Amino acid sequence: MWDKHAEIVWNRRVADGIYLMALRSPEIAATARPGQFVMIRVGEGLEPLLRRPFSICKAAEDRILVLYRVVGRGTRILSDTREGGSLSVLGPLGRGFEPPREDHRAILTAGGMGIAPLLFLARSLPPERMVFLAGFGSANEVIRADQIGLLDMPICVATDDGSAGHYGLVTDLLEDALNDRDGRRTTVFACGPLPMLTAVVAVTRARGIPCQVSLEAGMACGLGACQGCALKAARGQGRAYWHVCQDGPVFDAMSLDWESI
Amino acid sequence: MDAMSKQPDLRVSVGPLNLKNPVLTASGTFGYGREFSSLMDLNRLGGIVVKGVSLHPREGNPPPRIVETPCGMLNAIGLANVGLDAFLNDKLPWLKKLNAAVIANIYGHSVEEYGAVAAGLRGAEGISAIEVNISCPNVKEGGMAFGTDPDVSARVTRRVVNEADKPVIVKLSPNVTDIREIARSVEEAGACALTLINTLTGMAIDIERRVPVLANVSGGLSGPAIRPIAVYMVRQVVKTVRIPVIGVGGIMTYRDALEFLIAGARAVQVGTASFVHPDSALRVVDGLAEFCRNHGLSRIEEIIGTLRET
Repeated sequence: MWDKHAEIVWNRRVADGIYLMALRSPEIAATARPGQFVMIRVGEGLEPLLRRPFSICKAAEDRILVLYRVVGRGTRILSDTREGGSLSVLGPLGRGFEPPREDHRAILTAGGMGIAPLLFLARSLPPERMVFLAGFGSANEVIRADQIGLLDMPICVATDDGSAGHYGLVTDLLEDALNDRDGRRTTVFACGPLPMLTAVVAVTRARGIPCQVSLEAGMACGLGACQGCALKAARGQGRAYWHVCQDGPVFDAMSLDWESI
Repeated sequence: MDAMSKQPDLRVSVGPLNLKNPVLTASGTFGYGREFSSLMDLNRLGGIVVKGVSLHPREGNPPPRIVETPCGMLNAIGLANVGLDAFLNDKLPWLKKLNAAVIANIYGHSVEEYGAVAAGLRGAEGISAIEVNISCPNVKEGGMAFGTDPDVSARVTRRVVNEADKPVIVKLSPNVTDIREIARSVEEAGACALTLINTLTGMAIDIERRVPVLANVSGGLSGPAIRPIAVYMVRQVVKTVRIPVIGVGGIMTYRDALEFLIAGARAVQVGTASFVHPDSALRVVDGLAEFCRNHGLSRIEEIIGTLRET
């Protein structure tokens, strides 16, 4: 784990309101595992005060790549930063994805920006035993991972308005994929908005398929000190809450209390 | 070696407590220390005030527990902690190997429970002092009541002083009409030092959903937004009591720490800043040393309480 200034190598718009940033951080790039995250300080002043958590979507050579959507003040400032500048980056943080069993195929299921950690995971898995599904609101929000050097394989896309790929939800694609072949020797990896994750977990739970989910929560430190990022644990876990920054951000879906989340 | 390049003496005493420098990490912002150990040399800290310990483990409040605010944040963690036994068995053995003072922050839901935690820490090696939290605003059971009533504050203090075999510091709430009243009361009850201020109670509202952002509704405001209030209260209390004061509230840099020291605090705590930069407290230590060198001060003591008021 390191807390250092990282040079902004480049910062590009890759879809509507969505940016991809390359940061020079040899230490983090060398040690990051799929599913882990970094805490980035978007500026040096007191406002905004706290760092923002971002999934690492690629770690190669001396760089890490961060994919983000402009959703608020912090990400707006981030989108305005220019190459050559530097940002304080803390990481790699948290527990990443566990690799699937040898005899399992992996179905990666992304909703919107949830694609970011799954792209990192995808590159660590054998392509012949992996299916990558991603849902977006509309065609202009689709992240063309193959066109921006994030992945060499096709992604099955669904959009809410039917403007690209399947007209409907990514969970439709997931159910199709599970019906397609023997669904039992499958592990699902999911990241996206809560309603989407809840739907994914309902599908996998009904079929008894292992599912790992990557979640987010408001957090101040990323280190387990502030205890701000609590998520309700499922019964029988021996604790009331997990902390996203340390126990996650990747969880076994069965370890969480989806009713309260 | 000339005077300018000589390493200044940062040692301070806070009542019976001797610190190698005046910079502590504030309770609830630094876990049990170990969370930060791979990022910084904890041995260079003046001390670590650990996450508040209660008699029994506590899971804390439902989420959302934190929200960012202008130059600060609100938290309603709900004093989540491992409990007294786990603290002594799992956390303290590692902490006591450090060459930094370890201060156990404690709280209870009744005067008796405060006493029980203090008694439970008796004989524990590696703890330099006890800091009593009478001011956490998040526990509905009455955490606030202890810190806002001078008589109840005194009762808690007296009980902890009687039960403890270590110096007792009491951490005061700013959520009162006159903090000097509580300070005097706690001093008379036998506290050897005061820490102030804890967080200020506040809330944030989600304007789209028209609900409080925090599940607990209210939370404690911390960060640089509260620093001027903290500096003022430290000044008020320093002029009121004879026991030493530890200043805390929004310290991000050594310059902020100096405001507290000049106001008369004999030590400071760095809190929310550790979330922003994990090694903030060490940056403050280094900054204070640098300031002393640049100003020809051989000892940090020379600056404490030097505020010129007309």
